[in-house]
Amino acid sequence: MRNHRANSRQGLRFLRLLLVFTGGVSAVAVALAQPGVPNEDLHTLSGELGRAGGRLVVALRAEPKTLNPVLAMDAPSRDVIGTMQADLVHINRATQLTEPALAKSWKVSSDGLQYTLTLRRGLRFSDGQPLGADDVLFTFRVYLDESVHSPQRDLLVVGGKPIAVRKLDPYTLVFQFAQPYGVGERVFDGLAILPRHLLEKPYQEGKLGQVGTLSTPAIQWAGLGPFRLKEYVAGQRLILERNPYYWKTDTNGYRLPYLDELAFLFVPSSDAQVLSFQSGETDVISRLGAENFSVLSRQQRTYKMVDAGPGLEYNFLFFNLNDLGEKTPPEIARKQKWFREQKFRQAVSAAVDREAIVRLVYQGRGAALWGPVTPGNRRWVDAAIPHPARSLDQARQLLRQAGFRWTNQASGESVLVDADGKPVEFSILTSSSNAERTKMATLIQDDLKQLGVRIQVVPLEFRSLLDRVTQTKEYEACVLGLVSFDADPNSDVNVWLSRGATHLWNPSQAHPATPWEAEIDGFLEAQLTATSYPQRKKLYDRVQEILAQYQPMIFLASPDILVGAKNAVGNLHPAVLEPYVLWNVEQLYMRTGAENLRP
Amino acid sequence: MTTSRKVDKWLVVLVALHGVIACGGFFAPYDPVEQDRERPYARPMTLHLVDPQGQIRARPFFYPLRAREASSDQYEEDTARAIPLEFFAAGASYRLLGLLPCRRHLFGADGGRIYLLGSDGYGRDQFSRILYGGQVSLLAGLLGAGITLLIGLGIGAAAGYYGGWRDEVLMRLAELFLALPWLYLLFALRGFLPLAVSPLEAFLLIVVVSAAVGWARPARLVRGVVLTAKERDFLRAAIGFGASDGYLFRRHVLPETSSVLLTQAAILIPQYVLAEVTLSFLGLGVPEPVASWGNLLANLQQYSVLVSYWWMYLPALAMVPFFMGYLGLSSALQEWADSGKMEGWSEESAG
Repeated sequence: MRNHRANSRQGLRFLRLLLVFTGGVSAVAVALAQPGVPNEDLHTLSGELGRAGGRLVVALRAEPKTLNPVLAMDAPSRDVIGTMQADLVHINRATQLTEPALAKSWKVSSDGLQYTLTLRRGLRFSDGQPLGADDVLFTFRVYLDESVHSPQRDLLVVGGKPIAVRKLDPYTLVFQFAQPYGVGERVFDGLAILPRHLLEKPYQEGKLGQVGTLSTPAIQWAGLGPFRLKEYVAGQRLILERNPYYWKTDTNGYRLPYLDELAFLFVPSSDAQVLSFQSGETDVISRLGAENFSVLSRQQRTYKMVDAGPGLEYNFLFFNLNDLGEKTPPEIARKQKWFREQKFRQAVSAAVDREAIVRLVYQGRGAALWGPVTPGNRRWVDAAIPHPARSLDQARQLLRQAGFRWTNQASGESVLVDADGKPVEFSILTSSSNAERTKMATLIQDDLKQLGVRIQVVPLEFRSLLDRVTQTKEYEACVLGLVSFDADPNSDVNVWLSRGATHLWNPSQAHPATPWEAEIDGFLEAQLTATSYPQRKKLYDRVQEILAQYQPMIFLASPDILVGAKNAVGNLHPAVLEPYVLWNVEQLYMRTGAENLRP
Repeated sequence: MTTSRKVDKWLVVLVALHGVIACGGFFAPYDPVEQDRERPYARPMTLHLVDPQGQIRARPFFYPLRAREASSDQYEEDTARAIPLEFFAAGASYRLLGLLPCRRHLFGADGGRIYLLGSDGYGRDQFSRILYGGQVSLLAGLLGAGITLLIGLGIGAAAGYYGGWRDEVLMRLAELFLALPWLYLLFALRGFLPLAVSPLEAFLLIVVVSAAVGWARPARLVRGVVLTAKERDFLRAAIGFGASDGYLFRRHVLPETSSVLLTQAAILIPQYVLAEVTLSFLGLGVPEPVASWGNLLANLQQYSVLVSYWWMYLPALAMVPFFMGYLGLSSALQEWADSGKMEGWSEESAG
């Protein structure tokens, strides 16, 4: 089931491989009456005090498919929902640690199986209806209902059993796990608490998919996030307005968010997003490539560009290690003999010039990788993994040990041949929409040419690439990247478990194909149920070391998180976790004097 | 100037231009796929004649580039080191005209690379790539146009000469070919081919496809010419004397079509060069790292390249003289044909 959880996340993760994004528009100052509710447990945020009012305009790559958090799968939907909904416990994107959200506090039983959460009192949904334990019970009932097909469902099934939730009193809930869960309270992050008063009827009628769509009238939709629905214009924009009942305040006691409006414009391509940011149409930009970042940096005046450092995206080259038996095309089966040779993979790794990738692909704004955990993930990266410099000599030595040799062709070229005398050549798939990965593959092509290996780079439309890698398995090698949605190793479990669907080089194995994959499985499972951080870290370090040793994926590089924002945007603290800029949207504000105020 | 002199003038221009591209290996200082990873997106370098002391040097020289602090694509000249240009220098091996193995280049330099037209994102010499890319693009244009005209001539002449149901069938086929959405068919065709095609296969695909697409128009023109030729008295006379179909075709029909074919060739070649550029731009052309004009221009799809590195537009500029040459040639040919002199010429040459 944990496996399942990762399965459904797989879809999401792949979606993130595509570039997304956002921006904001103009400003409306509306004096909102602060609803006076006694005994509210408001959450006070420290940080720079902002100015109330204004509108932030963000660009989205595509229209969100839904506003309903139970059903959202696509990245644009999740970006928008993140600003409209709230969870019980939240991962702070800057510190990467959990902090109280709708739950004021929580307790863990000594056996690690029971979490007792205490809700804040007096909170209201954005339509003014009060929040109670019944809403939470309803929420978990919906997420766990198999007929709803929520992508979050598998997250909530631990040790084969769904998490059991019961209410102790109107503000206290107990969550019972079937087995200890290493992720702990992080499981609550991103699980939006649903408005029971709006959803119970459609849910019972089986019409959950029909509510919370973009065409839902604003008054029929509510959440606990800093913004609520105001207006949607198909194909153009989605406008959110300040939620007057939001439960966070600044240190002055001002009820957040500062912004009156948050506008999402639909801008389909990343180049078009750069243009609309440059022209001042949008206020912030994120998910920027290094080249566009330097274009924007060269002429910054009214905006500032921020390099937030290495993110959680890791790019890698992997070979087709699937065992399809009889069904394998003979050409691929022949080449798999090389790919299965550990020394061959190590030789390729030794020959790859990672520094050149960082310099030429990311213009220096990135980090070379020798393992899956990026330097941006400070808590989990294994510092003991060696970072050997590029060495063609070592690569040649490894190849010789593995039975490869070189012959001179008539043209004077030295060609690597295998033990049967067949020249070593293969093709690398890349996504044609991702210029960066195509460039990596082209650099690897040149790196390996120096070993006498001929490579063809095949840029393919992303959908058909995924189809080949995960379904038909008709490919030889592929350059791909993954973005962990959380710093916790749990977010990547499905990539490393041999039965995982995102175990890209040989997905969904019935039994681990190799002893080292079995070993990884063991450490990962132990890690999932270990409850202390040092214990889990030690186990996950072992996973990273095995991966670095056996090189099922040849890790290449990780790009920095690059964002930009108008100078007028205050409290900008880009994080390396998604959503890079809007994670503290309730604290973002527009400084005065900016043209962002409506006349 | 007489019309035939005009044709000659344009022919000389075109032969010279193609000669430069055909001997691209000699004029290009470097191997077009060789990467200089320290110098991506270097701007075109200047050749100097006067050194910092104000002395005029006998040989032009340049200063090597070094990256500015904390920048990956901004460079400055290292004026401490002047590297003189060497003429007829030994360098990367290549095959002159695709045949003779050779190492001499028109120019080169020891101790540093000279980027006359800048470098691309991999630090490959843009000047060398334009020359080598021209070989691929022009060859695709010439071969494609050649095959097209051959098919067009065969089908058009057959349709015009035999007439009747054969004419009907062939001309409806031509209309069908004109009406097909070729770009999408090409995408579909590419889907059926194996995933990784070698540069040579990709090149042949471009040639064959552009030829298959284009034959209908010349075929219709040829058919028209043949239809009129059929009615000429000398042809009727030849039939009367019992000439065979093959003889009539060779002696009387083909020469009539030569003006149409030549003009069509002058129009089709640049069109087919552009077809290669378009297909490569869409990712259907010869794969990296092989250079072609289309591949070089495909770099411009990225906004950052578009606004940052003006020298990436130069391949487009390189095409201009070729296209002007062909355009001039085609109008000169047209004029010549209209002046009526060509028929006499073709009669002679065919005889």
